[in-house]
Amino acid sequence: MTVSQAHFCDALLDPAQPVPDGLTDGNGRPTTRRFNVYRNNVVVSLTDALATGFPVITRVLGRENINGLARLYLCDNPPDSPLMIRFGKNFPDFLSNLPQLAHLGYLGDVARLELALRRSYHAADSEAIDPATLGKMSPERLMDCRVTLAPAANVLRSNWPIHGIWRFNTEQNAPKPVPVAQDVLITRPGFDPVPYALPPGAATWLAALWQGETIGAAYDLALDDHPRFDLSAPLALLLSGQALISLTPKD
Amino acid sequence: MGDGGRPLAQLRSLSERFPISVHGVGLSIGGESPLDEAHLDRLAHLVGWLKPASFSEHLAWSTHGGAFFNDLLPLPYTADTLNRVAAHIDQVQERLGRRMLLENPSSYLAFDTSTWSETDFLAELCRRTGCGLLLDVNNVFVSATNLGTSPQAYIDAYPLHEVGEIHVGGHDEDADDAGAPLLIDNHGAPVIDPVWRLLDIVLERTGPKPVLVEWDNDVPDWPVLGAEAERAQAALSRVQA
Repeated sequence: MTVSQAHFCDALLDPAQPVPDGLTDGNGRPTTRRFNVYRNNVVVSLTDALATGFPVITRVLGRENINGLARLYLCDNPPDSPLMIRFGKNFPDFLSNLPQLAHLGYLGDVARLELALRRSYHAADSEAIDPATLGKMSPERLMDCRVTLAPAANVLRSNWPIHGIWRFNTEQNAPKPVPVAQDVLITRPGFDPVPYALPPGAATWLAALWQGETIGAAYDLALDDHPRFDLSAPLALLLSGQALISLTPKD
Repeated sequence: MGDGGRPLAQLRSLSERFPISVHGVGLSIGGESPLDEAHLDRLAHLVGWLKPASFSEHLAWSTHGGAFFNDLLPLPYTADTLNRVAAHIDQVQERLGRRMLLENPSSYLAFDTSTWSETDFLAELCRRTGCGLLLDVNNVFVSATNLGTSPQAYIDAYPLHEVGEIHVGGHDEDADDAGAPLLIDNHGAPVIDPVWRLLDIVLERTGPKPVLVEWDNDVPDWPVLGAEAERAQAALSRVQA
């Protein structure tokens, strides 16, 4: 009989299903172990891709647990594109919603950080403005500018110390994370994305810039959010991270 | 296939010094579903700026119902499959504006419904679409062992005049339900001597062709990998002399 690809797929993802009829070893003997080569290739290669794409999550939970979680994740979230560099986009939500992991509430946001770092790594290249440009402008004129940020830049907000957890699991001698909310800016000066923990209010300022507000209007919004917000630190991060690619006066 | 960053910078830099062979694993040319247009567009963009020396894909499928399985899945060799694969190859060649090469798969099982031999099937695809072939001699050895046929007979029946590139690689050894050897193409081990001998047999008939050593799992230190590349170069030198 004809084995349709739909039928082949069903048996591929569910080891409890029998091997489809119509497959042969060339001599009419059972083909279970032969079909299992494909089953194994699919699960092992996608589990490896998940572990490679989320190294901190894998370190926190251990490879054995990732192997088990990957099987569960793949049932409802097989890759929807041949681009493996994008695989795992639903993994943060999956981790957040899994009852067995409810006691590790930070996992979802840490996975979001890892996903954002990977996106930044593969994002389009861009040319940053010369920081000296800012020095030549009056503060009033600067506050009236809109900005374009690099495709490799990104901001994440979290109620968990995601930057501290990320550092603790990627750097030697990093301090133990303390339980605070942390917002993170990712920039990519050169080829390697770097996450920075942001001071209070900075994520509001950056989000407003992304929405097309001027530097000054975004500053007012950040002050509403955090009265002691200081513009200079996040602006310096954007400049040193080569994340500011253009300044356009409002009028 | 990303938008920028280190991978593309490295590729650009390599392409300034070496001819590049682009080898796809994601087109699902044997798929029952239509080709993924977005993926084809990305590929056309890449081929457009990179201007590689060759582009190749596999006689296999990997996507169904919108899900990508990250493996090269097998096809029955029937008239239906032939029509579908030929139409997909036509579409790819038209979109890329160039001839592509198609690679023979590693087979772990066969289909009762197959009415063509793999070699005749590949020859007919070349005749219909004008595509060329990528001959993976490790896949020939793996499939022949797994299906109880002869690698030499496969090479004798294969349309060698269509070959534009050759692959060698290592495989793993397991056993099937009946205890018969089941070889698994894993690109994670040295090329075995019988596969090197097949390479010699093929090169004697085709003359020099680009040869790739595929080792992308458990990649060893450079001296080990370099020795494999030197052995491939030695095989080429023997037919160049």
